[in-house]
Amino acid sequence: MGALELKGVTKSFGKTDVIKGVDLIVNDGEFCVFVGPSGCGKSTLLRMIAGLEDTTGGDILLDGKRMNDVAPAKRELAMVFQTYALYPHLTVRDNMGLALKQAGVSRAEIRAATDKAAAMLALEPLMERRPAELSGGQRQRVAIGRAIVRTPKLFLFDEPLSNLDAALRVATRIEIAKLHRELKATMIYVTHDQVEAMTLADRIVVLRAGKVEQVGSPMELYNNPANTFVAGFIGSPQMNFLDAASMGYPPGRIGIRPEHLTISRESGDLKAEVSHVEKLGGETLVYACHPDHGLLTVRLFGEHDFAVSETVYLTLQRDRMFQFDPAGKRR
Amino acid sequence: MSARTSLGRTIAAHAVLLTYTLIALFPVFVIVINSFKSRKAIFADPLALPMPANFDLVGYQTVLKQGDFLLYFQNSLIVTVASLFFVLLFGAMAAFALSEYRFKGNTLMGLYLALGIMIPIRLGTVAILEIMVATGLVNTLTALILVYTAQGLPLAIFILSEFMKSVSKDLKDAGRIDGLSEYRIFFTLVLPLVRPAMATVAVFTMIPIWNDLWFPLILAPAEQTKTVTLGAQVFIGQFVTNWNAVLAALSLAIVPVLVLYLIFSRQLIRGITAGAVK
Repeated sequence: MGALELKGVTKSFGKTDVIKGVDLIVNDGEFCVFVGPSGCGKSTLLRMIAGLEDTTGGDILLDGKRMNDVAPAKRELAMVFQTYALYPHLTVRDNMGLALKQAGVSRAEIRAATDKAAAMLALEPLMERRPAELSGGQRQRVAIGRAIVRTPKLFLFDEPLSNLDAALRVATRIEIAKLHRELKATMIYVTHDQVEAMTLADRIVVLRAGKVEQVGSPMELYNNPANTFVAGFIGSPQMNFLDAASMGYPPGRIGIRPEHLTISRESGDLKAEVSHVEKLGGETLVYACHPDHGLLTVRLFGEHDFAVSETVYLTLQRDRMFQFDPAGKRR
Repeated sequence: MSARTSLGRTIAAHAVLLTYTLIALFPVFVIVINSFKSRKAIFADPLALPMPANFDLVGYQTVLKQGDFLLYFQNSLIVTVASLFFVLLFGAMAAFALSEYRFKGNTLMGLYLALGIMIPIRLGTVAILEIMVATGLVNTLTALILVYTAQGLPLAIFILSEFMKSVSKDLKDAGRIDGLSEYRIFFTLVLPLVRPAMATVAVFTMIPIWNDLWFPLILAPAEQTKTVTLGAQVFIGQFVTNWNAVLAALSLAIVPVLVLYLIFSRQLIRGITAGAVK
């Protein structure tokens, strides 16, 4: 029920190719996250799946049926937008029920469906209000409720948390994860935030410049990145890249995550100078400058006292080290 | 800088604005007061207020007796309201199409329509007259409505398409996913959001149409299609001008347009200050 398949999908605006051939299968009930830097085409791809942009080439299949020329409303999907996009002239209840009303569902059924969705999202006290009377977090919950009411085959989320403040973002993220567990629906979620991708996804699709760089579960991407781009994009703080040749490896680059570098005042592989220290309480980030490799990040758990311009020695955990060829591909 | 220290500036600003208001309102004021005075009193002391001594309604009596001024008013209202309706409807629809849809020649079409702002429609008077004669529309209100609609569209499209671009794309897309037709999206989602801009366009379109003398004189000078502005001209003669009647007719002509303006003005103020105050 609701598996999505993309076959060689392309999109061009005039002469610019935005999506350069994407093949992807999203399984039933899967939470799939499209992640990538801004301008990588992830939102465009989502809008193509929704039918809001037409497809230049390739096929979009929902449930095995070709959807390229089907109107958005007939694709049996629901979308949650970054800017909430609630209808300003309608109450929360009417906002949530509009799609069903358009589809000709009876009043009693609409009422039942909106009530059920409202109960799931704790929106009952707000049902008769208008969007202008709601806070940002409430608006996004209504937008999510509007999607749930339709019981779609596919949920599409377009950066739904970007307009919320940090605390609300975490709360809403948990809410979306809970929702996915309860509804067991197929969801596609677009974000540029790798933390959201890691925490929510069953499978992450990393996009760059209109192409899929790698598809895999969060831990696959973390432990087994296909190239320097994925390695750098997944994981926070970013992975350190070192010049391989100067360390006696074949030319290219060596990748090591900040948590897999150890630091010592006495001895180690690389002698470096501390240039900045960030203390977060639970962890400490030490930025050390090395003459050959530039700025390296070390992530330590707990509190540590390192002073700026102190000399330290860094050691790489060899088994957690990645080797990349000069083109950036994993060796 | 607190609000208190800028008090002087506030007073200065208000003084400038009040002066401007006085200058702008003065001619209107003179017209209205003199319309209530006798002919002799108008010339003796044009700035005197209407007093029992010089009070005279002869102007209004002439206007209401001579000619069919009620009909002229009706004609003016029909032409103005109908043209306004069509300008807003077609202007908003064209603006929506230009700002929302990507199609070949989109920019060119926008430029072509904007050209109308720069080229006055009166340059085409002869051709327009020829067309109206050929189609048998001379001396009909339809002719005026058509011309005024054409005259108002360029500016309407130009202003409205800018505003339509600012309407959230997500909102329109949400409507599409929920199964609203493009017409429903346009009428129920987009139009209410650009209402202030519509009011602005309405006022800018309405006033020149109401005041126009040119096209009524050329296209519809017949008795049954005269507008107020044209009707008032009967009192202006080559040798003798019935000032009482002219002033009375002009005073009366202010009323309907003032009413329309008041209807739109609340929205207009929101349109002009949109963005200024969040």
